[in-house]
Amino acid sequence: MTDSLVQALVEMKEAEALQRAKQLLAEGREPLKILESCSRAMEIVGQRFEKGVYFLPHLMMAGEMLKQISAMIKPLVHERKKEAKGGKVLIGTVEGDIHDIGKNIVIFLLEANGFDVRDLGINQKPAKFVEAIQNFQPQVVGMSGLLTLAFDSMKNTVQAIEEAGLRKNVRIMIGGGVVTEKIKEYTGADAYAADAMAGVRLAKEWTKRG
Amino acid sequence: MKDRFVEISPEADRKQEERFNIWLKGEGIPFADADAEAAYRERVTLLKDAIQLRQRPSRIPICPSAGFFPMQYAGITMYDAMYDYQALGKAWEIYHQDLEPDAYNGPTTIVPGRVLDILDLKLYQWPGHGVSKEREYQYVEEEYMKAEEYQDLIDDPTAFFLNVYFPRIFGSLKPLAAFPLLPPVNEIPMVPPAAMPFGAENMKAAFESLAKAGEEALRWRAAVREMSGRIMGKGFPAFAGGFTKAPFDVIGDSLRGTKGVMLDMFRYPDELKEACERLIPSMIKCAVGACRVSGHIMPFIPLHKGADGFMSQEQFRTFYWPTLRKLIIGLVNEGLVPQLFAEGGYNDRLEVISDIPNGKVVWWFDRTDMKKAKETVGRVACLAGNVPLDLLCTGTPDEVKAYCQELIDDAGVGGGFILSTGAGIQGSRKENVKAMIEFAKRYGSYQNR
Repeated sequence: MTDSLVQALVEMKEAEALQRAKQLLAEGREPLKILESCSRAMEIVGQRFEKGVYFLPHLMMAGEMLKQISAMIKPLVHERKKEAKGGKVLIGTVEGDIHDIGKNIVIFLLEANGFDVRDLGINQKPAKFVEAIQNFQPQVVGMSGLLTLAFDSMKNTVQAIEEAGLRKNVRIMIGGGVVTEKIKEYTGADAYAADAMAGVRLAKEWTKRG
Repeated sequence: MKDRFVEISPEADRKQEERFNIWLKGEGIPFADADAEAAYRERVTLLKDAIQLRQRPSRIPICPSAGFFPMQYAGITMYDAMYDYQALGKAWEIYHQDLEPDAYNGPTTIVPGRVLDILDLKLYQWPGHGVSKEREYQYVEEEYMKAEEYQDLIDDPTAFFLNVYFPRIFGSLKPLAAFPLLPPVNEIPMVPPAAMPFGAENMKAAFESLAKAGEEALRWRAAVREMSGRIMGKGFPAFAGGFTKAPFDVIGDSLRGTKGVMLDMFRYPDELKEACERLIPSMIKCAVGACRVSGHIMPFIPLHKGADGFMSQEQFRTFYWPTLRKLIIGLVNEGLVPQLFAEGGYNDRLEVISDIPNGKVVWWFDRTDMKKAKETVGRVACLAGNVPLDLLCTGTPDEVKAYCQELIDDAGVGGGFILSTGAGIQGSRKENVKAMIEFAKRYGSYQNR
């Protein structure tokens, strides 16, 4: 039974979840099945977050547990191809801003939801975003920033993407710190995500295949 | 003494009145003339009436958080402000003189760059040291304390800071790792081993850099004091006079870091709670000491990790609020008025944080619904806030005025309100800041209502 693993993960019981995963492996359970249970658990955690039952600490804890179980299992999974069923997302903190906690949570949730994510890191110039869009060809670009100086950096980045002729290829979402709906208009982005799950929702919506 | 800082002391009212009188008197402030002195007293009275909730002030005091805006207003970079104390002083003077807010925002957060250089502070990157000269300094998020070290912090916070934390956050103070434990030094055999570390060359160098940093900090303070005198002398009382933090934020901001402290709530709940308790007395003393020196009544307390979304309601009640409340009570019992700056949203917390003595604190909000705040915590505390930064940075003066009007209608009813901004106003358009202050002074008058 993998249900007890799902339950331990959802209830934030770290020791129990790790113990259970180890046990399942020892019993010869298919590693991919265990990862599937993890995905199921992450889905429930995400739902609880959206309902306002869980908050950032729970997402962090879920991420930690997932990381440890993946480390346990990944060496056993040889042929597993990374199927980016959710599409590709490029994400980074804009020029002048060195904060990355919010961005990292969004990345964790996107990956947990099957997206292929490329993380540009912090303090990234507009040209870096443009270059990465050319190479990686994402459908979605996420820009993060905590400080008011990020407003102009985001605006400049959107403009640079426009000037490079790439604007029509990507949908752009912004988030973090003092960013609001009003800043979306100011920067010319397509949407503002008020929290990490909102970012995932946007990415899902934008990469939906007809 | 577990029950310390729980009950309000019968002396609190008297002590508060005494401290208000000291602030009102403004002894030592070089007033420019009698008008300036009268303006100073009038402004302190506006704030006092707003805080105590006993009577409505004649108008709403307008006290935006200047943040780094005065530099931008005066056209200097953050590098200039951190390294050239004259340029810093001039910028702050021009800002206050031109815009005439009701209080003076000291440049407490514009710290002297050379002090950081000498000590080689690792917690931040600052202009010319990690970020460009035009940019503001930024915090470098790391685990500066490991999870396994909670017990050391709890056993002896001072020893932990000296021996472990300082060597990590100050490149120049690594030798303090060998600073002797003090309680054992109470008998003759312990004297030589206690003296030994101070003979080592590297320890001497560490003390020399401390002395140099101290000299520089004193030069900075002299310049800031002179400038403060000039600004306050024109009739602007300081908005705050000290600084402290919620115990949970001490750990969550710069010891364990955001991720660390969030995981600790699951992994080390008891240690985290005990460490928060252990830090309370130091965090109270730090504010009391600073207010004694400044003759001020309000220590500034920025709140970070307890905001909406950063933890559940249960976690807030368990980990954040108990020791913040003790900090508040400890300060109130000393006659001080904690100025609690709740960054982010506090909409989920309004009921919990209403459990405080009447007319003794300022709750300053950012992204909190001010109407709801007025109906809850606004019954027992003066509110401040919350003109948003997105509006000030990208909106128009008319939009700013419309926001202020609604804000005053919602939160200003009957007094107990200071109009301020949701954060430091760096990045704001000048005309928006001007519109906010001018409009709110007019519209915030209670006389015509």
